[in-house]
Amino acid sequence: MQPFISLTGIAAPIQGRNIDTDQILPARFLKADRARGYGQFFFHDARFEADGREKPDFVLNREPFRHATIVVADENFGCGSSREGAVYALHDFGVRAVIAPSFGDIFYNNCLKNGVVPVQLERAVVTGLLDRLRAEDRPEMTVDLENLRIGRPDGAQHAFALDPFWRECLLQGVDEIQLTLGSLDRIEAFERQYRADMNWLGEPPAAAR
Amino acid sequence: MAEAARPRSIFDKIWDRHVVIARENGPSLLYIDRNIIHEGSFHAFNDLRTRGLKPRRPEQMFGVPDHYAPTHGRRPEDAPTEEIARMIRVFDDNMRWGEVPHFSLQDRRQGIVHIIGPEQGITLPGLTIVCSDSHTSTQGALGAIAFGIGQSESALVMATQTLWQVKPKTLRITVTGRRAPGVEAKDVILTIIRTIGAGGASGYAVEYAGPVIQGLSVEERLTVCNMSIEAGARSGMVAPDDTTLSYLHGRPYAPKDAAWDAAVAYWRTLPSDDGAPFDREIEIDGSAVAPTVTWGTSPEDALAISDRVPDPADIPDAQKRGTAERALAYMGLTPGTPLSEIAIDRVFIGSCTNGRIQDLRAAAAVLKGRKSAVPGMVVPGSGLVKEAAEAEGLDRIFKDAGLEWRDAGCSMCSAINGDVVGPQERCASTSNRNFVGRQGPGARTHLMSPAMAAAAAVTGRLTDVRRLVGG
Ligand code: SF4
Repeated sequence: MQPFISLTGIAAPIQGRNIDTDQILPARFLKADRARGYGQFFFHDARFEADGREKPDFVLNREPFRHATIVVADENFGCGSSREGAVYALHDFGVRAVIAPSFGDIFYNNCLKNGVVPVQLERAVVTGLLDRLRAEDRPEMTVDLENLRIGRPDGAQHAFALDPFWRECLLQGVDEIQLTLGSLDRIEAFERQYRADMNWLGEPPAAAR
Repeated sequence: MAEAARPRSIFDKIWDRHVVIARENGPSLLYIDRNIIHEGSFHAFNDLRTRGLKPRRPEQMFGVPDHYAPTHGRRPEDAPTEEIARMIRVFDDNMRWGEVPHFSLQDRRQGIVHIIGPEQGITLPGLTIVCSDSHTSTQGALGAIAFGIGQSESALVMATQTLWQVKPKTLRITVTGRRAPGVEAKDVILTIIRTIGAGGASGYAVEYAGPVIQGLSVEERLTVCNMSIEAGARSGMVAPDDTTLSYLHGRPYAPKDAAWDAAVAYWRTLPSDDGAPFDREIEIDGSAVAPTVTWGTSPEDALAISDRVPDPADIPDAQKRGTAERALAYMGLTPGTPLSEIAIDRVFIGSCTNGRIQDLRAAAAVLKGRKSAVPGMVVPGSGLVKEAAEAEGLDRIFKDAGLEWRDAGCSMCSAINGDVVGPQERCASTSNRNFVGRQGPGARTHLMSPAMAAAAAVTGRLTDVRRLVGG
């Protein structure tokens, strides 16, 4: 995972509450191979007509937002399906941070595993940001993970919270599987005791193998 | 000692039992009993392969193809495109490579992950169960902590049988009173979601309790827990009771004989203690729940069938008003229209929300001796549900009504197997998501119970089922 320290870039305002992962990545693209990149599928049906033409009104098809590296959205962003492809799409489009008043829980976790920083701020603050971004010609923002702050070109700043464990993982680009395999002896010890206590579980059935 | 006497919720009991590494703040390392796999898990398998790893305890995994399963035919080549067929073949390859117990598409026990888990007794009280699918919350109906995870998390579980998880807060939703005739479990959960909102339970693990929940069959509890995620909760659960035990007894993968007795003794200790603390409590008046349908593009956009399409102009918050306006534009609806005047183009009866035998019985009871005014399909949740329905003659009722009777799978719920609702077509659906484009680009979904979907089929518009069968 790519480390994330601080990022300054174009921030795109996404309209609407409860933007679900079906909109961020329509299900029919879930078959795609990640090696080819998921960026083209990001908000696909909002971005493109059925014949592939761009919908000129959609924010990510407008300058400068087509170069967004930050997304600002309303409540419950990324709700719905657990598809990690939604984060692949966002990431491969070039976005590395999402600011919203609240997130779908699974989406939030999926961000953490892909080097994307989910920034949770009060709704009033986010609504203010959404209004400013729509009105400005240089809609830039900074997401500073090291200092847990977001900033705007006019100097306005807001602090945000992120669990220290995940912050450290993101700052260092830690590989979680590697990290956890380091605790394998503790997992094995736990497992022995657990299986002894829960002996009714027996050996898991393998009948269908 | 005070420690032992401290009352705990069922969630806390199961969570505490599975903590491998506890941290004061932030995530703990949690032991996972079961990891359930479907075709979408191919990213996680690729991740393992790249690392030169294999599933550490494949016997604690279970796989079944469902999302891409063709529903007329049981071979991968019955899929409408080669790309879809390939998803099922890749799944089979991954199961073999990982030596993962699984049902193949040809197996009569194949079905939707969240249907076969309980049906086979793979899902048991007291366990931690994950699956890279958000509706894993379904399986909490048996008294387990069951939640959806992403692909990276699934790879971690395969490699270590553990997961780093921040402990969620607990929310108890007590449904009081008595369900009125004609009101199904789906109406109860849609009402809960409407009340607390699509993000209302984000960050919480939900326990459903109270007389209405206790009075539900396990199948109905599965419907309720299924849609926990539509209120933002990753997990929903119902404490195991006699109803749970009689459902599980004799299921193929459930413990047998002495192990069953030992399991029951343990499961009896699980229900929340009197005085157990919850971070939040909500009470819903179950007597007031009416047959319910959705009008918009979020499951929180639900109303009693006797209601009208709401007017966004009444919403003071600009962001919320904009969301409602976009929803109505997408749905092609005019504010003020009585919901019961909305004409539909098709019906879909199935999914992990409402694809069990009890659901098909409820739909058949309405359709018996009647014709469907619109095309539609009935898709059983598993091969065994299909067999049971055919043994009872339900398939005849559906076919005589003019509906298609298909093979088991997710089908039109997520529309990735080729069963799609057309652009601007309006579908009365027993699934769980009315999202923009969920059932196909431009598709308009109205969520409702199986009986309500059957009633809509008969009249060709959204309909109060009580007018057809007498409340
Ligand atoms: S039936 Fe629908 S919601 Fe359930 S697992 Fe399949 S696609 Fe997901």
